[in-house]
Amino acid sequence: MNASFLTNWIRLIGSTSLGVVERLGYAVIFLLRCIVRFPKLIMRPSIIVQQLYSVGVLTVVITIVAGAFVGMVLGFQGYYTLVDFGAESSLGLVVALSLTRELGPVLSALLYTGRAGSALTAEIGLMKTTEQLAALEMMAVNPIQRVIAPRLLAGIITVPLLCAMFTFVGILGGYFIGVVQLGVDSGVYWSTINDGVDLYQDVVNGMIKSVVFGVIVTWIAVFEGYDSYPSAEGISSATTRTVVSGSLAILGVDYILTALMFRF
Amino acid sequence: MSESSKPIVSIEEVGFFFGEKEIYANVSIEIPLRGISVIMGPSGCGKSTLLNMICGRLRPSSGNIKVFGQHVPNLNEHDLFRLRRRMGMMFQSNALLTDLSVFENVAFPLRENTDLPEELIRNLVLMKLEQVGMRGTQALMPSELSGGMSRRVALARATVMDPELLLYDEPFTGLDPVSLGVITKLVRELTDALNTTSIVVTHDVEEGLSIADYVYLLGDGVLLASGTPKELLASSQPEVRQFLHGLPDGPVPFHYPAKDYRGDLLER
Repeated sequence: MNASFLTNWIRLIGSTSLGVVERLGYAVIFLLRCIVRFPKLIMRPSIIVQQLYSVGVLTVVITIVAGAFVGMVLGFQGYYTLVDFGAESSLGLVVALSLTRELGPVLSALLYTGRAGSALTAEIGLMKTTEQLAALEMMAVNPIQRVIAPRLLAGIITVPLLCAMFTFVGILGGYFIGVVQLGVDSGVYWSTINDGVDLYQDVVNGMIKSVVFGVIVTWIAVFEGYDSYPSAEGISSATTRTVVSGSLAILGVDYILTALMFRF
Repeated sequence: MSESSKPIVSIEEVGFFFGEKEIYANVSIEIPLRGISVIMGPSGCGKSTLLNMICGRLRPSSGNIKVFGQHVPNLNEHDLFRLRRRMGMMFQSNALLTDLSVFENVAFPLRENTDLPEELIRNLVLMKLEQVGMRGTQALMPSELSGGMSRRVALARATVMDPELLLYDEPFTGLDPVSLGVITKLVRELTDALNTTSIVVTHDVEEGLSIADYVYLLGDGVLLASGTPKELLASSQPEVRQFLHGLPDGPVPFHYPAKDYRGDLLER
């Protein structure tokens, strides 16, 4: 009895692990099939522009609003922590470093996952369910070329731009609270940012993170949509998986990238 | 064999498994050039699967499929797409691209597969929409169309490249009587006007038989019968009679296989 129970468990672990590895391998091949289509997309910029609007422009408002609130919260928290040490003049630096290194890339990517990533999965899943992808194949049009690759490329371009907007608006939010509301000197706020934020160490590294998040999240979103079971429940599960896996992937990869960037 | 009697599609001893389940065992069908061939059979017997194998979206587990003399399962993506440019397909769900207008949906195959000037594309699209009576809907989005209208637009899109082979997956399903009559008439008229070959997959006996030049009846993973509609209607084969006359019980049993009824009821 115990031996059979143990055997079943080992079998279950084995089959689950094989399933995960197989799906990961399929996802990697899928990503490569998309990437090799990028050069051809340059010939048809209108398709990319259309997708930039869908995944990018429509995400701008929530990114700006969230960036402003995060910046204002940082302004409050930073000021009341620093003022105890008489260091409130460093508020600009605290806000800017927090945003450029971590909060900008991570939060903008999380917002993108919730707004655009879920929409991408649902859209592609629905196209599969309603046989639109099959219809493309029957019209001698490769759905990877026409539907998936443009969305992936648009996502990779969009996320760093959203991150830049988030960070910029966040710094303005911190300025509004710190300088306008709480009386930190305006010149000091900007000069500490100017002196303390390093272009390569902070800004470029933040942007690199953002590009990596853009690739990972959009990859997960389009793959989950393409691989979804063609039913209402299948699309629902795929959309949930995109948001959960995408968010966890952002946080996990952020840790790895931070360790690599700031340790070496 | 004369040109007109040459098969355009040859399904040769095809077997197909869906997971563990065997859908076909050794099915052979030859679809003649021109005219309407109707493939019939009960729901779930794998009619659409057969259509997907003909256009190369599915590969048979065994046997071979030849379309225009080419071995479809052996074609690479490039050759498969070249082959599909000679085909048109109308899907059961219509499969119109929801982010494009009616005009753009019909123009889509032309834009993607040809270098025709915009003026010519416009004229071709309007001609095809006029043929199905939908020219007035050219500016509408698919979400603004009824089921019957969508199907007519899908038909216009399927024929816009003037294909040599037209495939219809359940074209009569889910339509009101008027739309049903319109679609039935259009399938016949377009096949004759384009002088093309149509393969219609359906379980609607009345409509299927009314337009068919040849009928193939599938069931239990094999080809049960084939011939002209008249020949099938005159058939005394029990499976054919049960399907064509819609008899609830017969060779296809009313009950799904189950264990003993009494035993099932008394079981605790």
